[in-house]
Amino acid sequence: MKGAEALLKALEREGVEVIFGHPGGAIMPTYDALYDSPIRHILVRHEQGGVHAATGYARASGRVGVVMATSGPGALNLVTGLADAFMDSTPVVAITGNVPRALIGTDAFQEADVTGVTMPITKHNYLVQDANDIPRVVKEAFHIAATGRPGPVLIDIPKDVQLAEFTGSFEAELDLPGYKPTTKGHPKQVERALEALEKAERPILMVGGGAQHAHGELLAFAEKTGLPVITTLMGLGAFPGNHPLWLGMPGMHGTVAANRAIHHADVILAIGLRFDDRVTGKVSRFAPHAHTIIHVDIDPAEIGKVVRTHIPIVGDARLVLKEMLKGARPLKLATWWRELEEWRTRHPLRWKPKPHLQSQEVIRAFFEATGGHAIVTTGVGQHQMFAAQFFPVTRPRSFLTSGGLGTMGVGLPFAIGAKVARPEELVLDFDGDGSFQMTLQELATLVKYKLDVKVVILNNGYLGMVRQWQDLFHAKRYSEVYLADSNPDFARLAEAYGIRGIRVERKEDLRKGVEAVLHADGPVVAEFKVYHEEGVFPMIPAGGAAEDMILENPAEREEVEA
Amino acid sequence: MRHVISVLVQDHPRVLNRITSLFARRGFNLESLAVGTTHQPGLSRISLVVSGDDRTLEQVEKQLNRLIEVLKVTDHSEPHVERELCLVKVHVAGVEERLAVKDIQEAFRARVVDVAQKTLILELTGDSRKIDSFVEALRPYGILEVMRTGAVAMSRGERTLKVRERREVV
Repeated sequence: MKGAEALLKALEREGVEVIFGHPGGAIMPTYDALYDSPIRHILVRHEQGGVHAATGYARASGRVGVVMATSGPGALNLVTGLADAFMDSTPVVAITGNVPRALIGTDAFQEADVTGVTMPITKHNYLVQDANDIPRVVKEAFHIAATGRPGPVLIDIPKDVQLAEFTGSFEAELDLPGYKPTTKGHPKQVERALEALEKAERPILMVGGGAQHAHGELLAFAEKTGLPVITTLMGLGAFPGNHPLWLGMPGMHGTVAANRAIHHADVILAIGLRFDDRVTGKVSRFAPHAHTIIHVDIDPAEIGKVVRTHIPIVGDARLVLKEMLKGARPLKLATWWRELEEWRTRHPLRWKPKPHLQSQEVIRAFFEATGGHAIVTTGVGQHQMFAAQFFPVTRPRSFLTSGGLGTMGVGLPFAIGAKVARPEELVLDFDGDGSFQMTLQELATLVKYKLDVKVVILNNGYLGMVRQWQDLFHAKRYSEVYLADSNPDFARLAEAYGIRGIRVERKEDLRKGVEAVLHADGPVVAEFKVYHEEGVFPMIPAGGAAEDMILENPAEREEVEA
Repeated sequence: MRHVISVLVQDHPRVLNRITSLFARRGFNLESLAVGTTHQPGLSRISLVVSGDDRTLEQVEKQLNRLIEVLKVTDHSEPHVERELCLVKVHVAGVEERLAVKDIQEAFRARVVDVAQKTLILELTGDSRKIDSFVEALRPYGILEVMRTGAVAMSRGERTLKVRERREVV
């Protein structure tokens, strides 16, 4: 058996069913072995699409996503996707070919120091020097990727190692003496946390992406205590977006209720989130009345990194919530809820209707037509925030977006990965005209595998979010954000790929357009020409605080005291 | 504040790279770094000198601990022995200078490890402050080269930087 065959066997033993990837010279022995392997391969058109698809697969399924690429340029094309998976703690294993060992360090054809390059954006990486190490390395890679705080792991294998005769054993042992994540929260701290919540007058429960797998416990805990729940962008879906205890998303484009709740809270229970600056705004003004912050995270380095934590609990969100549930009691929060209710009813998410078609109403129309029953993926920008605001998902792993890195172009490949992972689900990619053009070549992947993904492009002819910032902070100097003069006809572009293209330009055609997308047989690219100068509101300017929230369009800007 | 940190690592290739890249990426200020093997096969020990406030130091320790190949991290805030090795090549033009340098050598208990017609190499071990003063004392005589290893440290008494017992990873 060759190293390459051993690699695929080892992957099989990890339960890998699908690999996203793109072949090339230095990974050819593995692609040759793949020819005889039961593992399914999805050929993407660019390695970045592959790693994002693996990420989408992982996020939608809760399993490890796998991507494969050749050396040098192929491997380097994974960089953005690995960084994205790293920032959003997604378990991905990337396998890359490298030049033969004898050529490493000689600036050989298609050589790059990929383990060096990916060191800061992977949880760990390997350069395999001996074919017999392959089973152990694969086992360790999957273990590291999926346990503790999940993250991407890269395995770089020189071509001659793939070709070398494998004489080792598959019963390899993990050799990770320095890696033992704490999963069970400290009982004393859990007790302290419950006590703090009991004494609290204005407590809140904040939840991030680290609680996606803890949705059952989370729901039970929230319902038992009656705590108001806030989910970050990465936490959307971890708690049902139609639940009466849910206040929405916090932060830069969060709801008034969520941001005010944080601002006035005395005790904050934060689970599986890392206090990103898009959530906290200016840290010194974040949650100024919170005398107790309880932070539950599996990564000890996150605790105390941004905000001061009074009760740290290192552990897995699900296990900690399970423990907390045992001692949880209904809290007396009637007064607090009256305040929250008022903020919620006085300031719901809304938009000012205009004669043009608007992104918000397009997303809302899809929400209404589907009953919210879909896996939503997004690119990055205004459409992403509109989707987060107006398509409240009710189930975990159903809102896939790039939170930490803010990677434009993830929408389509995330949708590909999600559809491969959960083929029975409706998968909707809300994309922007800017974002979509970063990875649109993956339309070919949709065609090749007949993946029924509905791409909804909210085309405002601008890099809308940048334009919004230029509006607000750069005196409307629209520097290099105009796209409409050079955008393709997206519907016709789709048709060039053999995909149904739909275009909707007028308000009155909205319903018909939405129905056409949802009832189409197979993949669709639908372009909705939306109002070109829309802004996402509410908004807390970067580095601002809840008190600086801008509720509406700057033209009629209304500063609201929190 | 200046801290000396010891890190026990698996001596895999690139582990040093991971540590330095961590410092670069997170903006921690690394003043010196010294690495060597230990008595336990497969383990190396790294001494780092880092400056920063308590919060930075907490992050330095936590981020180091996140690295898969890091087994243990200790900030030597307790009584510890700290040593650095330094080699200095000085220019000695005549007998007068040679005698003066010899006085400094004796005062610091340094050793002469190379003698040439116009140069001397002196070797000194000690904590970093002692070496600073030694170099300053020699400066007027014409220093040609200074080579310092960076500090290494060890806790006094019973405390050791042990490998934790291997536990099953959950």
